[in-house]
Amino acid sequence: MATAVQTRHRVNLLDQVGDRAARLITLIFAASIVLAALLIVYVLWTDSAAARHRLGWGFLASSQWNPVTEQFGGLPFIYGTVLTSVLALLISVPLGVGSAIFLSELAPANTSNALTFLVELLAAIPSVIYGLLAIFTLVPLMRSYVEPFLRSVLGFLPLFQGIAYGVGYLTAGVILAVMTFPFIISVSREALLAVPREQREAALALGATHWETTWDVVVPYARLGIMGSIFLGLARALGETMAVTMVIGNSAAIHVSLFAPGHTIAAVIANEFAEATGDVYRGVLIELGLVLFCLTIILNGAARLMIVATTRKGSQR
Amino acid sequence: MNRRLWRKMVNSVMLTLTGICTVIAVSCLFVILGYLLYNGVRSLDWSFFTKLPLAPGEEGGGMANAIVGSLEIVGLAAAMGIPVGFLAGVYLSEYEDRVFASLVRYVADLLNGVPSIVIGIVAWTLVVVPMKQFSAFAGAVALSIMLIPIVTRQTEQFMREVPNSLREGALALGAHKWKAVATVVVPAASKGVLTGMILGVARVAGETAPLLFTAFNNQFWNGGLGQPTASLPVQIYLRATSPYDDWHRQAWAAGLVLIALVLVANIAARYVLAKGISVPRG
Repeated sequence: MATAVQTRHRVNLLDQVGDRAARLITLIFAASIVLAALLIVYVLWTDSAAARHRLGWGFLASSQWNPVTEQFGGLPFIYGTVLTSVLALLISVPLGVGSAIFLSELAPANTSNALTFLVELLAAIPSVIYGLLAIFTLVPLMRSYVEPFLRSVLGFLPLFQGIAYGVGYLTAGVILAVMTFPFIISVSREALLAVPREQREAALALGATHWETTWDVVVPYARLGIMGSIFLGLARALGETMAVTMVIGNSAAIHVSLFAPGHTIAAVIANEFAEATGDVYRGVLIELGLVLFCLTIILNGAARLMIVATTRKGSQR
Repeated sequence: MNRRLWRKMVNSVMLTLTGICTVIAVSCLFVILGYLLYNGVRSLDWSFFTKLPLAPGEEGGGMANAIVGSLEIVGLAAAMGIPVGFLAGVYLSEYEDRVFASLVRYVADLLNGVPSIVIGIVAWTLVVVPMKQFSAFAGAVALSIMLIPIVTRQTEQFMREVPNSLREGALALGAHKWKAVATVVVPAASKGVLTGMILGVARVAGETAPLLFTAFNNQFWNGGLGQPTASLPVQIYLRATSPYDDWHRQAWAAGLVLIALVLVANIAARYVLAKGISVPRG
């Protein structure tokens, strides 16, 4: 009898200890995520110290880049990063939001789910594969057809003048558009699906057409989620490395023409980091990485808040 | 009357346009896969899987070392990242403190959006610099940093889909919380959690940027996890940007192999394993 009570007591003790231990262990691992994020910030900050002490932040506004003579100007990379991402959004936002509207408002649920699955597979394709396809198909296509066509139609603008290289800002923008619209479609669709049925019914009952209901009622209702999806896409585009590196043309200068080769922050790190000699050169690349990191964190931070506020998934949390 | 006609016209034109957008979006996938298949199948041969790369410009050779290298790097990354991500996910779904849990959740989402090239820099500093050498291990560290937040969020979401009545049932039978979680909630969510893990591994398996200056590259077998190691994604990048036709051919072959692995994992995870479970996104 006594032993039975004892064993039982021991089991209870194990259970109680187990509860505390399980909580503590999982807590430690959860905390490790926050630590990992802090570690990234710390590493980027200390690694770029040499460059920051030597050049300060002013180098970000200079456009002279010549590592051999230790001239480090970050502007061409920032310009290229922002320009290619904006070009990408100009294509992917109308395409993505349009598709999201179709998938949430018009397509039957089954078709919509199947098509969304296919679109999301696009997001699963590794970026180096996009780069591979872009080098061998998109670049010749842009060089021989698209860029000459744009030049003949819009050639009066300085943006569309000059030699059609094939590699350059425009090509990078196109490939980034293909890489970002899956995110825009997937998240915007969620936001649109979360709009209450009553909103649609009320608009239709007032005599609005299907399109008017969608554009004047449903889309404004979901605008925060749609904005969030665009921010998310923008953050992806800014940080995208391989596909851009393979088609941007690697020219560390600012060109007005969209056909000209350029450079982006991610591409210059990918290209030059392994061969960078000296603390300053490497530090400059890491400092550029820090700039990129901050940009994407801000955009992602804003995007997540917007998405959480609107989507079904968000409201469950 | 005219006004009504105009509104009807706008309605049908705009709705058609959204349909066209969808067709364009979806056809991108088929164009990409079709083109890759067309070029990849022409380029793939048996020696691709069995032979080592030859010197630049020489015809022939394969990528046996890169295939094994990728498996090593991704396997090691999964071994390091999945347990951390899984346990963190369990914490978020089962032991929620409101403030801290939402902080972790938010940071995990942010970490998920950090450009992969930046993760590469961090792994370079943490592993390559102290070891004074590029290594498969450094590449695996970079990939595991990317894998952790994905696995965490997926684990959490699938475990949250387990009905509370199951937890309550286990507790009512006298089980302690840890026992209820370990023997009831986790098994109930296991299919979904496994799906999340596979999707996460498939995602990092195609990553190139974080490997460029961590695992680097190698012409030969790597001779251990502490040595520079070739991987499929990096090989695709190097060969596609090289001037040699035969290397281009091999880049296509490697691209086909990589995409086949990634897509099979994705489709299998979502359709076969997680049948009937909605896969959380983002």
